[in-house]
Amino acid sequence: MELSMVLLIPAVAATLAGIFGNRAHAAAAATLIGTLAVFLLSVHITFGPALGIHGSIRGLAGWLSCDYLSALVLLLVSFVGFTATLFSLGYIGRAVKAKGLARTARYWVRYNLFLLSMLAVPLISQVAMVWIAVELTTLLSVFLVGFEDNPEALEAAWKYVVLTCMGAAFALIGVLILYWGLRTSGAGEFTWAGLTLAGLRIQPAFLKTAFFFILIGFGTKAGLVPLHTWLPDAHSQAPSPVCALLSGVETTTALYVILRLLPVLTWIPGHPAGTWSVSFGLISAGAAAFLLLQVKDYKRLFAFSTIEHMGIILVAAGLGGGAAHLGATYQIMAHAVTKSFCFFAAGATLLITGTRKIDTVRGLIRTSPVAGISLMLGGLAIAGASPFAVFISEFSIIKAGLAAGHYVIIGLLTLFIAIAFCGIMYQINKMVFGRPPAARAAYRLPATCAAALAVAVIPVVLLGVFIPAPLHHVLKLAAFALGR
Amino acid sequence: MNQLNALAGGLFILTVFGIVGLRQVIGCLRLFVMQSVLLAVSALILGIETGSIHLFAVAGLTIGTKALLIPWLLYRLLSHEIHARREIRQVLSIPTSLLIAAGLTIFAYFTVRPLLDINSSAFIRVNLPIGMGGIVVGAFAITMRREALPQLLGILTMENGAFMAGISIAPNLPLIAELAAAFDVLIIALVTGLLTRRIHRRVGTTRVGDMASLKEE
Repeated sequence: MELSMVLLIPAVAATLAGIFGNRAHAAAAATLIGTLAVFLLSVHITFGPALGIHGSIRGLAGWLSCDYLSALVLLLVSFVGFTATLFSLGYIGRAVKAKGLARTARYWVRYNLFLLSMLAVPLISQVAMVWIAVELTTLLSVFLVGFEDNPEALEAAWKYVVLTCMGAAFALIGVLILYWGLRTSGAGEFTWAGLTLAGLRIQPAFLKTAFFFILIGFGTKAGLVPLHTWLPDAHSQAPSPVCALLSGVETTTALYVILRLLPVLTWIPGHPAGTWSVSFGLISAGAAAFLLLQVKDYKRLFAFSTIEHMGIILVAAGLGGGAAHLGATYQIMAHAVTKSFCFFAAGATLLITGTRKIDTVRGLIRTSPVAGISLMLGGLAIAGASPFAVFISEFSIIKAGLAAGHYVIIGLLTLFIAIAFCGIMYQINKMVFGRPPAARAAYRLPATCAAALAVAVIPVVLLGVFIPAPLHHVLKLAAFALGR
Repeated sequence: MNQLNALAGGLFILTVFGIVGLRQVIGCLRLFVMQSVLLAVSALILGIETGSIHLFAVAGLTIGTKALLIPWLLYRLLSHEIHARREIRQVLSIPTSLLIAAGLTIFAYFTVRPLLDINSSAFIRVNLPIGMGGIVVGAFAITMRREALPQLLGILTMENGAFMAGISIAPNLPLIAELAAAFDVLIIALVTGLLTRRIHRRVGTTRVGDMASLKEE
C-alpha cells in the first residue's frame, strides 16, 4: 500500500502541474507538497515496523517490493527529490524569467515524471520492468537536461539520450539472457529475490554473459569510463537542481541495478563479477581523478567527481566481504547527499556570478558568504575531508580492503582519491578566496535556494560525526543484501 | 519453418548492414521499416511453431509501433530531414564501415557461442547470433553516423536486434513487459525526434557529430 502511494503521489503531482498550466506557483506548490509527502512516506517505509519484521515489503500484487537495499535508494531519491524541489523554486523562476510561466509549468510536469521514474527503479520487483524504469529515467529527463534551450544544452541532451539508450539496448539483451538462464534452470520467478534464490542453479555461462552486458549497459548510465563521455556534459548543462538529481541519485539508481546482480554471481568460482566490477571501478576512479585536474567549469568538476565516486562504490561492492559492502552502502548514501548539496552550492554560485568558468569566479566568500561557505563545505565534503560523511565511508572501504589483503587495489584507489582531493580543493580554493573581480550589481540569493542549502547541508555535516542507530541498521542490512 | 525463419533472419541482418551503408536518410528509414517487418515475421513463425500467444502479440506490436507509428511520427516531426537529398556524412568511408560491420557480426557470434552450446533450439541458433549482430552493428552505426536521424535509427536497430534475440530466448516474458517495451521504443522515437527538431531550430543543423563545444580543452 505504502509502496504504490510512493509512485502515485508524483504521478498526481505531475497531472496537477499539467492542469495548473500557467499558474506556475500552484504547480510548484503541488510538487513541493508531493515530494515532502514522498520523503516522509519513504522514512516511514524505511524505519517502520513492517520492513523490520519481514525484511521486505510487497505491494501491488507482488509487482512492487522493497527490502533494505531498495529502501536505502528510495530514501536517498526522495530526500534529494525534496531538497531539489526546494532549490528549484527560486532557481527556475530566475532561469526562465524572460520566457514565461508556461515553461515553468512544463518544468514541474517533467520534474515530477522524472522523479516518478527514479522512485520506480528500486521499488519494482520484476527485472524486465526495472529495465524499462531505468530507460524511462533517461527519456523523461532529456528535456530537463536541455531545458536551458541553448546549443550547448541541446548538444548535452543529445549525447545523453543517444549514449544511454545505446547502453540500455546492451542492458536489455543482458536482461533477456538472464531470463533465459532462469527458465533453463527450471524455476523461480523473474524478480530480484527469485534470481538470488535460483542463482546457484543457473549455468554460470548465462550469468556471466548477462552480467557483462548489464554492467556495460547500465554502467554507461552510471558514468563508468570509457562510456562516461556524456556525463560531464549532461551534468553540467542541466539546470542545477536537475544536476543534483542526475548526479546525486540517477547514477545511483543505475548502479543499484548492477549491485542487485552481484549476490546472484558471487558463488561462481573466481568471482568474475567482482573482478569486472573492481577493474571497471578502478579505471573509472582513476580516469576521473586525472580528468578532474584540467576542468575549466566548476559544474564539470563535480560531474567528474561523480564518475570517481561511482568507481569507488563499484570497487567496494566488487571486493566483497561484509565490511567492504558496508563501506559501499555508506558511500552510496554519503555520495548522494553530498553531491546533491555540491550542485546546489554550484547553482547558487551560478546565480550570483552568472558564469560557469572557474577562472572568472574569485573571492566568492566576499561577494556572497552563503554561496562561498556552501561551496567550500561542499568541496571539502565531496573531496573526502574529515569529518564529513564521505571521509568516513572512504576510510571504511580502505580499511576493509586492507584487512582483506587487497593491497594493490586499495593502494591505487587511495592514490586516485588523493589526486581527486587535491584537484577539487585547488579549484574550489581559488574560487572561494582571492580578490573578487570588480563589483557586480549586488544580488541576493532567493530565500528558497538558501533554505534548500540549509536543509541539504544537515546530513552532509551530521552523518560525518554521528550516525543514528536506525540508519546504521538500515545500512548494515542493505550491505547484507549485496552479499549472499 | 526453420528455413523460413533463417531466411527472415538473413534478410534482417542485411537490413542492419544497410543502416550502416546507405547514403540517404529516406533509404535508411525504409530499411528500418523492412527490418521491423522481418522481425515481426520471425516472431510470427516462432509463435506458430511454439504455439505461444505472446509471440503473436509481439509481432502485432512490432508492426503497429515500429513499422507504422514510428515512421509516421518521424515523417510528421522531421519531414525536411527525411527528404533531404544530400548524402549522410560519416566518419569512415562506406566500404570500410561495411567491412568493420561484417567483422563485428562475426565477433557477436563468438560472444554468444558458449550459450548456444548449453541450451538451444534451432530457432535460438538463428535468432540469438543475428540479434546480437544487430545490437553490435547498430551501436557501430551510431558511432559512425554524424547526423541525428541516422543515429536514432541506429538506436532503434539495436532495440530490434535485442527483440530478435528476445523472441527466441525469452518467448514467454510477461505480456505487460512486452507492452511496456513497445511503449518505451515509441517514447525513444518521440523524444529524440522532438529533440532533433529543436536542435534544428536552435542550431540550424542536425549534424550532431559536428557539435563539439562541450569538451575539456
